[in-house]
Amino acid sequence: MTEDIIVKTSARLMTPFIQMFGLYVIFHGHLTPGGGFQGGAIIGASMILLAVVYGLEEGEKRLGHDASTVLESSTLFYALIGLIGIAAGYSFLANRVAGIPVGTPGALFSGGAIFAINIVVGLKVASTGKTLFYALSREERP
Amino acid sequence: MRRKMIGLTLLLLVGYVLAGLVMEMPPVGSPDAPAYTRTIPRYLSRSVEDTGAMNIVASIILDYRAYDTLGEATVLFTAALAILAVTGGDEE
Repeated sequence: MTEDIIVKTSARLMTPFIQMFGLYVIFHGHLTPGGGFQGGAIIGASMILLAVVYGLEEGEKRLGHDASTVLESSTLFYALIGLIGIAAGYSFLANRVAGIPVGTPGALFSGGAIFAINIVVGLKVASTGKTLFYALSREERP
Repeated sequence: MRRKMIGLTLLLLVGYVLAGLVMEMPPVGSPDAPAYTRTIPRYLSRSVEDTGAMNIVASIILDYRAYDTLGEATVLFTAALAILAVTGGDEE
């Protein structure tokens, strides 16, 4: 690990903005280009940046293994959102017909299940990117 | 020999059915394909009303084709699982 103060300082300064932009892409996925996959990839990239600059241990401190275990399970929440449709008597993953309020088109809280699924997919992709990078870049275990 | 003959017959039968289905499909890029005459106009004209989302791509992948996206999320999950299984994962 090189002690490069330029790289370290710029990475530290940029990380919050990168993550904020990722959250923006996720939360506006139903309004603007982007969505869960793209925003999740941005957030995952910010965590990979931390790991590259500060080392794996420091990155592991920011988002521990237990946290990624929970985030990895968000596929389950996706399926649970889909079950709302079945509970309402319609098909799996039904949105508007199942009575989920879709709101005014163009508002932040609109799109019904799309909004929730975007968040779930975003967490999932971010955590998968981070998990894959950390698992593959780890040295031989002691 | 006998088993080979049975296998060959089954193969030809299935191949005949599949080839017949492929013949029935509209040619690639044909403007008369149902995807262009029905699906796309329906998505373009009704997606905002159906889903309340302004982004038509989001309304397709997360509403009309949400089941497909669930499969994609499962693929990601499986990839992470497989790599953790191969690299040893978390044994502290």
